[in-house]
Amino acid sequence: MSIKKTSLNNLHIKYGAKLVEFAGYQMPIQYKDGIIQEHKYTRSHSGIFDVSHMGQLFISGGDDLTNDLEKIFPADLKKLKTNQSKYSFLMNNKGGIQDDLIITKTSDGFLIILNAACKYNDYEVIKSKLDNQYKLNLDESLSLIALQGPEAKNVLNKVIPGCDSLKFMNGNNYVYKNEKVYITRSGYTGEDGFEISIKHSDAETFVESLIENGSKLIGLGARDTLRMEAGLCLYGNDLDNDTSPIEANLKWAIPKSRIETEFVGSEVLKNQFQSGVKKLRVGIKPDSKVIARGNTKIYNDKNQEIGKVTSGTFGPSVEHPIAMGYVDNSYSTVNTKIFLEVRGKKIPANICNLPFYKKNYVKGEINV
Amino acid sequence: MSEVKYSKEHEWIKLDGEEATIGITKHATEMLGDIVFAELPEKGSNVDKDGTAGVVESTKAASDVYTPVSGEVIDTNQMIVDDPSKINEDPEESAWFFKLKIKDKSEMDSLMSKEEYEKFAKETSA
Repeated sequence: MSIKKTSLNNLHIKYGAKLVEFAGYQMPIQYKDGIIQEHKYTRSHSGIFDVSHMGQLFISGGDDLTNDLEKIFPADLKKLKTNQSKYSFLMNNKGGIQDDLIITKTSDGFLIILNAACKYNDYEVIKSKLDNQYKLNLDESLSLIALQGPEAKNVLNKVIPGCDSLKFMNGNNYVYKNEKVYITRSGYTGEDGFEISIKHSDAETFVESLIENGSKLIGLGARDTLRMEAGLCLYGNDLDNDTSPIEANLKWAIPKSRIETEFVGSEVLKNQFQSGVKKLRVGIKPDSKVIARGNTKIYNDKNQEIGKVTSGTFGPSVEHPIAMGYVDNSYSTVNTKIFLEVRGKKIPANICNLPFYKKNYVKGEINV
Repeated sequence: MSEVKYSKEHEWIKLDGEEATIGITKHATEMLGDIVFAELPEKGSNVDKDGTAGVVESTKAASDVYTPVSGEVIDTNQMIVDDPSKINEDPEESAWFFKLKIKDKSEMDSLMSKEEYEKFAKETSA
């Protein structure tokens, strides 16, 4: 299979991107400023992220769609208002996570944003679980652009007036160059921000106008350090087919109203809610400057292996190494002393609260 | 007069008498990106040509630092441990990594000149 390019590929090259292959797409890992400057610019002003490789799955048709989707996803879709979004999961029968995703109720159905590496499989899985009456469209005619940071609302409002009135985890239709765009207030950086779904042919001029208004393109490298500081999971690193939402410490995303109901993986989750889990995702702060990356083994003070790091880096805003990973539940309490095996040495560290960096979301109603 | 040479692992080495100062090249820092961590060999320890003698980490990944010659570590640069971003700023001058008392000067012979290294760096990064 040949490598795919997003509609912003020429723009990435124009702004000096280092391009890498990610999930079958040629994507920018960083631009000229480098990861740390890009990270800090997103936190202090605003950053533009090409996330067009992610899947935009539209599902519509039939009065029972909400009911039928609730048999797949553990979200409370019946309570979802039009244009409201929820974070949820596609699970397997063992309660493991096949993908983490955002479901938004649209005027005629639902829009689900899927991870790039999972999208084609997700499509097949969801299609196989739904009746033929429903229309599924994994729409590859649309780009997806995230604008994140404290100035995101001001920058976007100059280009598409009115979008600053959106509440967090809500969306709406807007018009850009006489074409419909769909904007949600959401993101993956721990900052206020938006995700804009826009026709490929308009994406480049749209991004150029964001740049003219003071924003900068940010690569996947800084996207990763930003999401880690915000304590957010990356599918494939921190979440996988053998890990449940409860183990991933994402219990908040399973509403109480759904615990007793049936959906894919519900048996396992119900069990875990009652009897607890053996491993749990935690935040990890090394005592020293040593960075513990994914797959670093975690030990207790008796030199027994108790878990493993799933993501780790240097946090440019917290100015310290940060990590997250899974430990035996009995070691998951904040301030528990643990040891990370890096280059043959045991590096002392502490279990800590997530996020590492305090969120700056614009709150609407509390909806978790 | 001092002699400066370069290794295929992207280290530079400056020899003054028996004292060799070693660091990583500007080209190496450009490939690594923002450096956020540096680990140096212990003073008094002996290192062997092409052996590991430190680590640098960028936001993305960790890389070993090798010594292009053998010798005893006589000094290390605490400045780059305290502020690893100095390595990006001034890699071939103030942000040196360690100094060795060189064991065998003939080990310098197999290393590259500046021109040879620049050609090598250009070819390998293309």
